[in-house]
Amino acid sequence: MEAAMGLMRRMPPRHSETTLSALLSLLPRHSSDLLSQVDLPLQVLSYVDSGKKFILCEYNRDADSYRSPWSNKYHPPLEDAPYPSSKLRQLEIEANDIFTVYCEQYYEGGISSVYMWEDDNEGFVACFLVKKDGSKTGQGRRGYLEEGTWDAIHVIEVGPEEEIIRYCLTSTIMLSLTTDDVSSGTFSLSGSIRRQMNMNLPVADGHLSNMGKMIEEMEGRLRNSLDQVYFGKTREMVCTLRPPSEVVQMRLPSS
Amino acid sequence: MAEEETELSDEQKKGIAKWFIINAPAGEIQYVAKDLKSVLKDDDVYNEAAAVAFPIYNKSHLISLKMPGGYGDVLVTSYGELQDNEYLDPKTAQVAIVDHVKQVCKGVRPATDEELPSPYIEEYRYALEAELLKYAAEAYPKGSCSVYCTNGKDVEGPGSDFEFVVVISAARNSPHNFCNGSWRTIWNIVFRDDIQILELKGKCQVGAHYFEEGNVQLDAKRDCRDSTMFQGPDETATAVVYLIRRHENEYMASLEGSYLDLSDNTFKELRRKLPVTRTLFPWHNTMQFSLKREIRKNSESGSCAISERHKSQFP
Repeated sequence: MEAAMGLMRRMPPRHSETTLSALLSLLPRHSSDLLSQVDLPLQVLSYVDSGKKFILCEYNRDADSYRSPWSNKYHPPLEDAPYPSSKLRQLEIEANDIFTVYCEQYYEGGISSVYMWEDDNEGFVACFLVKKDGSKTGQGRRGYLEEGTWDAIHVIEVGPEEEIIRYCLTSTIMLSLTTDDVSSGTFSLSGSIRRQMNMNLPVADGHLSNMGKMIEEMEGRLRNSLDQVYFGKTREMVCTLRPPSEVVQMRLPSS
Repeated sequence: MAEEETELSDEQKKGIAKWFIINAPAGEIQYVAKDLKSVLKDDDVYNEAAAVAFPIYNKSHLISLKMPGGYGDVLVTSYGELQDNEYLDPKTAQVAIVDHVKQVCKGVRPATDEELPSPYIEEYRYALEAELLKYAAEAYPKGSCSVYCTNGKDVEGPGSDFEFVVVISAARNSPHNFCNGSWRTIWNIVFRDDIQILELKGKCQVGAHYFEEGNVQLDAKRDCRDSTMFQGPDETATAVVYLIRRHENEYMASLEGSYLDLSDNTFKELRRKLPVTRTLFPWHNTMQFSLKREIRKNSESGSCAISERHKSQFP
């Protein structure tokens, strides 16, 4: 398994689906471990009854059906499927509405979904998902990207109801972007990053406010990290391979 | 999962193993190989796949191997390939015998006359290579380069066309810093005797991988063209390397430009740093409940309307 995860980390992020399916076919006995540890770009479904798109993931799946956070129905219809309790469903509805506004603000488009379910410890788990297609044919407003996707998966484990509640957030961001033009050719960056954050927050502030603030902070941190550290390191590497010409000219004493 | 899982055939396993090897990032193939062997749990299948896949990887990555006997480095490329594991180093007129899977040069032998170009061609090749070596030494601290004659190597004198390929390959591996990268350029140069012009076609490919608690890869490439007059060996060498240097500098500058753009503009296409309001999202604000109602009403009218409304509520 360690070797399998090692391969997932090294193979190009754009091929992550192929890498995962190769590993699944080589290690069928580890399939549940692999599926739970590896994140893949999210898929979206749109159904006629509510007309609204929603994101597919392990957290709203039962057998081959997926539950819409808007209609609370499974597609294709399923008998004996799990649903959140009515109290949790109320929270889930509110979360979906508010998260939509949050996404409008930050993502200028994109699709979001929030799923919640009770867990065994008298608390619950909430999963906030965002999928954005930033390409010029998608929802990229400025037309820079030939191809661009951002997938965010935030899973928060919420502890049992007390005055101070423990929230454990695990966030995964997967992104890829490509610019393409005649003078600079194809420029493509892709990757993924995962981090955790735990906080103890007062129940009086409200679950949505608590979770929302954690997610916002985490997304900001990850975005900055990707931009400055990760992309920055690749840029540094390119400059190491071929130092920019000003540097080279300075080093020419006699030639 | 069901007990009777279809076991993969050896052929299928080999295909998967080959895919992993060929797609490994620059400088990481030995790590990928090690993990792959663990996952495959079948050394025979691995060895067969490796025998086919490693040469493909090595040639596409233009790896550079040290030749024994103090002859320096040889580039493993399809342009210099004489046989499956024999690669010509035009600089030293030696042929390196290579073990692809171990990625080492096992031995060296002198090239035969049939394997080398004619004196007329060699004059051009040698001049170009000498000029190129000077350029590469300045521009690529960890690079290697070679000039191969890929067509017309037996041409005796003026009157016929011939073709060279210039290969520049630089790689930097810092596994302890979780960072690896490679720069590869290939220039095809056709010497057109009829119109007395050299036609250049260049392809630059740059890759970088940073994977400390994450996994991000850069993959960039560009094609370009140019031409220059067909002159004597020294003049041609100077002109060609001048063009190569210029195009590659331009490409470097455009890569820098892409990176600068990224922070300021391109990244915004995926996610803004902050909302248009320049403040964090007001999770607590009761306004958002009326916003919810707005959204439900406006769900058909598109996002601009919502941002406008939001802007007016948060001056």
